[in-house]
Amino acid sequence: MSANLIHMLIDATWQTLYMVAVAAIIGAVIGLPIGVFLACSQRGELLSAPLVNRVLGIVVNATRSVPFIILVVAIIPFTRMVAGTSIGTTAAIVPLTIAAIPFIARLIENAIREVDAGLIEAARAMGATPLQIIRKVLIPEALPGITLGMTLAVVSLIGYSAMVGAVGGEGLGDLGIRYGYQRFMPDVMAMVVIILIVLVQLVQTIGEWIARRVDKRAPRNRGA
Amino acid sequence: MQRETSAGAAILFDDVGKTYPQKGAGSVMALEGISLEVPAGAITGIIGRSGAGKSTLMRMVNGLEKPTSGRITVGGRDVGAAHGAALREIRREVGMIFQHFNLLSSRTVLENVALPMEIAGVPRGQIRTRASDLVARVGLEKLANRYPAELSGGQKQRVGIARALATEPKVLLSDEATSALDPETTQTVLKLLADINRDLGLTVLLITHEMAVVRDIASHMAVIDGGRIVEAGETYDIFTTPQHPTTRSFLSGVTGVTLPRFIAEQMVTERPEGPAREVIRITFLGDKATDPLLAQMSAALGLDVNILAGAIEEIGPRPFGNLLISVPADRGAEARSYLETHQQRTEVLGYVR
Ligand SMILES: Nc1ncnc2c1ncn2[C@@H]1O[C@H](COP(=O)(O)OP(=O)(O)OP(=O)(O)O)[C@@H](O)[C@H]1O
Ligand SMILES: [Mg+2]
Repeated sequence: MSANLIHMLIDATWQTLYMVAVAAIIGAVIGLPIGVFLACSQRGELLSAPLVNRVLGIVVNATRSVPFIILVVAIIPFTRMVAGTSIGTTAAIVPLTIAAIPFIARLIENAIREVDAGLIEAARAMGATPLQIIRKVLIPEALPGITLGMTLAVVSLIGYSAMVGAVGGEGLGDLGIRYGYQRFMPDVMAMVVIILIVLVQLVQTIGEWIARRVDKRAPRNRGA
Repeated sequence: MQRETSAGAAILFDDVGKTYPQKGAGSVMALEGISLEVPAGAITGIIGRSGAGKSTLMRMVNGLEKPTSGRITVGGRDVGAAHGAALREIRREVGMIFQHFNLLSSRTVLENVALPMEIAGVPRGQIRTRASDLVARVGLEKLANRYPAELSGGQKQRVGIARALATEPKVLLSDEATSALDPETTQTVLKLLADINRDLGLTVLLITHEMAVVRDIASHMAVIDGGRIVEAGETYDIFTTPQHPTTRSFLSGVTGVTLPRFIAEQMVTERPEGPAREVIRITFLGDKATDPLLAQMSAALGLDVNILAGAIEEIGPRPFGNLLISVPADRGAEARSYLETHQQRTEVLGYVR
C-alpha cells in the first residue's frame, strides 16, 4: 500500500473521529435535558407536563423513524443554514447531530427511569425541589446507565458516519466506498473495515470501563 | 413557632380521609375519619394489616400524600394546605426512614448523610462536621467512606437514621424500618431509635405490623384496620385491655399466650350441658403481676385450677402477665369475682368438657 494511501487512511480516521465526537458532544448536551424531561414529565411525575411530554415524544419518535440516509438528504436546506454549506465533513456533522439527539434522549430517559422510585420519594421527603432531585439524585444514580447509553450512541454514530459520503462528507466510510468499492481496491476496503472494528472495540471497552467505575451498586472486592 | 391548642400534640389528625381515584370510574377509600393526636417527644406505634392504610397515613404527615378531607397539622402547621417552599420547609423538620432504606447507591455513607443538608443549603463546612457527627452517633464511623452496597441491612438502616436526623427534625417517621431486618438486627435498630428519642426528645411515629416492635419501644399506639383507627391510646392500656378484635388478634401473636391446640379445638363459646370447665384469661396488672394469687385463690375457695398457658412481660418499665386457666364451669363466676376483687382483669374465652 502506497504512502499516499496510508495518509488517506489516517486522514479519514481523524475525519470520522471529528464528526462523531462533535455530533456526540452536541447530541449529549441537547439530548440530556430532553431525556431527563421525557423521563420526568408524565402525569403525576416530578415535572408533570403530560401534553408537552406527549408532543416531544412524538417528535423524538418521528426523527428516529427516518432512515439516516434519507435524513441526510431531507435536511440539506437546514444544514446549509447552520453550517453555511451543505457539502463536506463539517456540514455532515449537522445530520449526524440531528440523528444523535433523539437517540441519546431516549437512552437517557431509559437510564433515568431505571432509578428506584424510592430514592425520589426519599428526596421529596427531605424537601428537595424537582431540580435538586434531578441534579442530586436522578442523574448521579443513572450515571452507569447513561454512560452505557452514550457508548451505544457513539458506536451507532460511527456507523452513521459512513453514510455522509452522500453529501460530500469524508471519513472512513466515504474512503471505503470511493476507493475500496468504486475503484476496486480491496486492500483499502480491508483496512477501512479493520480500523472501524478497532474503533468500535475501543469505544465499547472504554465506555464499559467508565460505566464500571461509576457504578457503585454492586460491592467490589476492595482487598487488592 | 405557633403552638397548637392541644398541648403536647406534635402531629394532629383531624377527621382525615383519603380516597384514591381509580382507573375508569369510582375510587378506593384508603382512610376515613382519622382523628389522632401524636404526643410530642414520645414514640407512637401504628399497627395494622397490609393494606390497612398505615403508609398512606404516615405519608400525609410530610405531605407526600394530600388528604382528600380533614386536616393534618405538624407543629401547628397545616401540611395539607402547604405548597412549594412552605411544604419543603415542613419536610425538613420531618425526617423519614424507609423499609428499603432508599440510600443513594452512588454516594458513600457520609455523602448520603450530607444529602439533606445539601438540599437545605447548609454551608459546606458545616455539612462535613455534622455528617461525621451523625455517622458516629449511629456507630458507623469506621464505614463512613463505604458505599451502601458494601453494608449490611442493619448498617444501611443506621445510615438511613443518620440521614433522617441531618436537618435536625422535630419528628421522625419510620415506615416498616425493621421489616427487612432479622430479629437481632431489628432489636439494635429499635434500641437506636429509642436512644435517639430519649436523647433528642424527638417525636417518633412508626409503622409496623409486628406487635413486638410496639411493645418494645412505643409508649403510645394506634391500631388501624380497613382505613379506620379502631383503637388508640397508651400501649400499656391497649396491651392489657384490648377492645377491638383486630387488636386482640395482633396481641395473640405477641403475648405468647395461646391455648394449647387440643384445648382450643374442643373449646365452645356456649356453656355446654353437664360438667364442663370454664376457660378464663387473666391479665395481671402492675405490681400484682408476680403475686402468687392463683395459689391463694385455690386455697381460699377450695378450687381446682388448671393453668393452661401463661407469660409475664414488660411494656416499658411496667410488667404485665397473661394467664389462661380453667376452673369448673359452675364455679367460674366465683373465681372471676375473687380475681377481680384483687384488681385483676378476667375474660371468659369459652368452655371445654
Ligand atoms: N397510589 C395509590 N393509588 C391507589 N390506591 C392506593 C395508592 N396507595 C395506596 N392505595 C390503597 O390504599 C390502601 C392503603 O394502602 P397503604 O399502602 O397505606 O397500606 P399499608 O397499611 O401501608 O399496607 P402495607 O402494610 O402492605 O404497607 C390500599 O388499599 C391500597 O391499595
Ligand atoms: Mg405500607
